Amino acid sequence: MEYSEKVMDHFMHPRNVGEIEDASGVGTVGNAKCGDIMKVYLKIEDGIIQDAKFKTFGCGAAVATSSMATELIKGRTIEEALKLTNKAVMEALDGLPKVKVHCSVLAEEALRAALWDYAKTNNIKIEGLEPPKEDDDLDHHDLFDEE
Amino acid sequence: MDKKIYFDNAATTKVRPEVYQEILPYLDEMYANPSSVYTIARDSKKAIDKAREQVANAINATTREIYFTSGGTESDNWAIKGVADAYKNKGKHIITSSIEHHAVLHTCEYLEKQGFKVTYLPVDKYGLINLEDLKSAITDETILVSIMFANNEIGTIEPIKEIGKITREKGIIFHTDAVQAIGHVPIDVKDMNIDLLSMSGHKIYGPKGTGALYVRKGVRITQFIHGGAQEFNRRGGTENVCGIVGLGKAIELATSEMEEENKRLLELRQTIIDGILNTVPYTHLNGHPEQRLSNNVNITFDFIEGESILLMLDFKGIEASSGSACTSGSLDPSHVLLALGLPHEKAHGSVRITLGRYNTKEEAEFLLKELPPIIERLRNMSPLWEDFLKSNK
Repeated sequence: MEYSEKVMDHFMHPRNVGEIEDASGVGTVGNAKCGDIMKVYLKIEDGIIQDAKFKTFGCGAAVATSSMATELIKGRTIEEALKLTNKAVMEALDGLPKVKVHCSVLAEEALRAALWDYAKTNNIKIEGLEPPKEDDDLDHHDLFDEE
Repeated sequence: MDKKIYFDNAATTKVRPEVYQEILPYLDEMYANPSSVYTIARDSKKAIDKAREQVANAINATTREIYFTSGGTESDNWAIKGVADAYKNKGKHIITSSIEHHAVLHTCEYLEKQGFKVTYLPVDKYGLINLEDLKSAITDETILVSIMFANNEIGTIEPIKEIGKITREKGIIFHTDAVQAIGHVPIDVKDMNIDLLSMSGHKIYGPKGTGALYVRKGVRITQFIHGGAQEFNRRGGTENVCGIVGLGKAIELATSEMEEENKRLLELRQTIIDGILNTVPYTHLNGHPEQRLSNNVNITFDFIEGESILLMLDFKGIEASSGSACTSGSLDPSHVLLALGLPHEKAHGSVRITLGRYNTKEEAEFLLKELPPIIERLRNMSPLWEDFLKSNK
């Protein structure tokens, strides 16, 4: 198993690590059982993501996808952020080993969970946003065969 | 430190120069097939005989009881399948432990599909099996007990002599996977009542693809590889002469140097274990604190994940391994750590450091200097650490 240079760069020098004290939305996904937990903080003003931070428990790919995903949505509108897919995160990292694809899925879900939290707190409806899956035991690993 | 520090000696080791020198002629002029009749073939044959003697001497067996194989995995496969097949009319029950190497576990699972019944003994928090559990698992149907000598992940040494006493009294065959123990723990198959024992060359500075299986005289085992009269008609195929020569030399050196080398390794091991446990908070030693291989360190770092630690260590030139799922390609954490009762997140957060003859005190000190900031950095990134700090405020 080998990581791309971009993955290693985002792992060794992760962007946006940390917390946002007065976050507009916070989302946590994953569980310790499968070895990855991602927590994403968003600061949203006027429909624009002004800042994004994360905390991640997980492997190199989990940290790198968190770093890249937060990087990709900073300065974007909510609508643009909603369009971010795990594939886009992977592509931006020059790919992931097959067994690590689930990390990129988790990163996408963490963003959506934070957006959902923002929508719920502010009592607004974001078109196209589904509530995060309640069942934390959902095994993202079954997705790893997906190309 | 510019050079790499290799702390993964339980995975494999570097062939030592004495072994390399011993092998060289058999890659060159001494190429004859040992089964041929001419003079240089006799030299190849003699080289194999010598290696067989070296292996036999290392465990107090006779040469007739030593069979060369392609490594520990083949030895385990052959021992278990061969005994199961030879004794299936006597019974179809096998007892093993939940922390065996996959070479044993997956072989047992295969036999279950063939109609055998397998009991997987649990272990305590240190990785030790309970002898009372073993006794009560034995039935009239039991033909084989396979318990590893020492565990490859946590280094725990099982009570082999006590197990051998029980199985011999009950007339049950006892196999032990001694791949990690050879060269680290004194082994006497007669005194310990061991019937079959698996060995490997590349864990003790011998070449990869070499191993041996000890089968006590009188124990039946069916042929594993058909197609030749080699290895006393038990394993066909032209012998891996240079590999066998290397294995013989490696095992001879490892056992003759064991006592002295163990002293050195024990000191290094304790320096590392104490150094980590005393300087990094929320860390735990996995495996038994004393009944443990002299070269094994296995530590869980709470709140963080093993692969991340390994990647950062690698960046500093330190090579180690982890029980985390993420390092293996499989997605579950180590079955050994889970069998100790560790929750998943702690199993994911383990790092294994295994020492060898080339490791020095300076390397251990370098590790102890580099590790704490890595752990701190990863914890500062971890939501579990954040939750922990907040709940303790």
